[in-house]
Amino acid sequence: MYDVSELKKGLKIELDGQPCIITDFQFSKPGKGQAIYRCKLKNLSTGSTFEKSYRSGDKVDKANLESRTFTFSYHNGDDFVFSDNESFEEIHLTAEQLGKNQYFIVEEMEVDILFHKEKALDISLPTFIEKIITETEPGARGNTASNNVQKPAKIDNGYEFSVPIFINEGDVVRIDTRTGEYADRVSKA
Amino acid sequence: MTSIEKLKMRDALMQSIRAFFHSEGFVEVETPIRMKTPCMELHIDAEPSGDRWLRTSPELYHKKLLAQGAEKIFEIGKCFRQGERGDRHNPEYTMLEWYRAGGNYNNMLADTQNLINSVRGWAGDWDVMTVADVYEKFAGWNPVENFNADRFDFDMVEKIEPNLPKDVPVILKDYPAECCALARLMPDNPKVAERWELYLGGIEIANAYSELTDPVEQRARFEKWGAQRKALGKTVYPIDEEFLHCLGDLPPSGGCALGIDRLLMALTGLDHLDDILCFRD
Repeated sequence: MYDVSELKKGLKIELDGQPCIITDFQFSKPGKGQAIYRCKLKNLSTGSTFEKSYRSGDKVDKANLESRTFTFSYHNGDDFVFSDNESFEEIHLTAEQLGKNQYFIVEEMEVDILFHKEKALDISLPTFIEKIITETEPGARGNTASNNVQKPAKIDNGYEFSVPIFINEGDVVRIDTRTGEYADRVSKA
Repeated sequence: MTSIEKLKMRDALMQSIRAFFHSEGFVEVETPIRMKTPCMELHIDAEPSGDRWLRTSPELYHKKLLAQGAEKIFEIGKCFRQGERGDRHNPEYTMLEWYRAGGNYNNMLADTQNLINSVRGWAGDWDVMTVADVYEKFAGWNPVENFNADRFDFDMVEKIEPNLPKDVPVILKDYPAECCALARLMPDNPKVAERWELYLGGIEIANAYSELTDPVEQRARFEKWGAQRKALGKTVYPIDEEFLHCLGDLPPSGGCALGIDRLLMALTGLDHLDDILCFRD
């Protein structure tokens, strides 16, 4: 349990059986009145946002969350199958559940999956992955040092993103999995 | 703003506040910051300091001075409130407090209008509304007729304050008797306390009363808040008997407390204490 005075932005709490994160927090104390803690919350399971106010003395449940480390094993149709590093138990996540992350999962990758009562809520990937550029227009010659001009590029699984103009097919680049954006070039083709 | 710029802005405000009160014939006073017992209010918690308490306001000492014959006094100094920390709260903050013997909350409003207009450098309209009217308008009920403490506080934060005009100074006046603090009740309507609060840019800036001068009524209020504090598991402060004794000699008076840090926020349009203070608690 948290006392409301411990609440702050980023804290994960449990409300009516739902895991929520505090996205904004305001301490108020009107006139001679009692302290009121105004929270903006996001339901981690459904993504919906709402507001709730607490007064001093109120208690709030900690979110019943557990993070476990898995390794990606194989594709099963559209599903991605991961195995628990300790129990070897398998979990299937759909491409839809993974969202953009589906493009950044590579063989043998270790990921952290956040669970709320056995339901997978979120997946954390390594911050950077290395990928070969499979498709992009040739860069303009004589302008190879420029980082400012961008062009579209694709990797093997079809993910499309912007790269600097000096990147060519066959180059290995690093992608930031948090943003899905180009980070830097690892090696030239 | 750099720290030096913040301090220069504060210095300029302090000079104009002192000039204003001196031109009105007020005497600047100093009263103890460490108190044998702080003023007992239900929702204000004092910070312990050895075998004393840090003042939550200079109110009790100022009333002792009025009882001894002081007429127009003001003080600017640090006050301390335990656990109050946020965008608009710091446990240590600067308070301006002034009193007029022979005055009431209407005189304090006139002082406040003159003060605010003089430090802002222009005179404009003020929006003066009763608490009953704003609750009827924005929350759909009348707390003066049927008071509910929880509903009053939550609605103030969620429905009233966000809807107050921000382009003019706003006065909320005539609080429910249950929110009287140290204010007297209206002689011809005891459901209402003679108290107002000033909002600038939607931020609560100042609180004023026609002061309660009845020692019997004051003791009853301290005892009631003490019992409520005990029920909430809060520290119950000893009653300041010297203060109650003085109250018998206190003439009808008006008093006002104004937060200097928040006034700086309102004057600059900045909405976070970090923008005003050089050092945060």
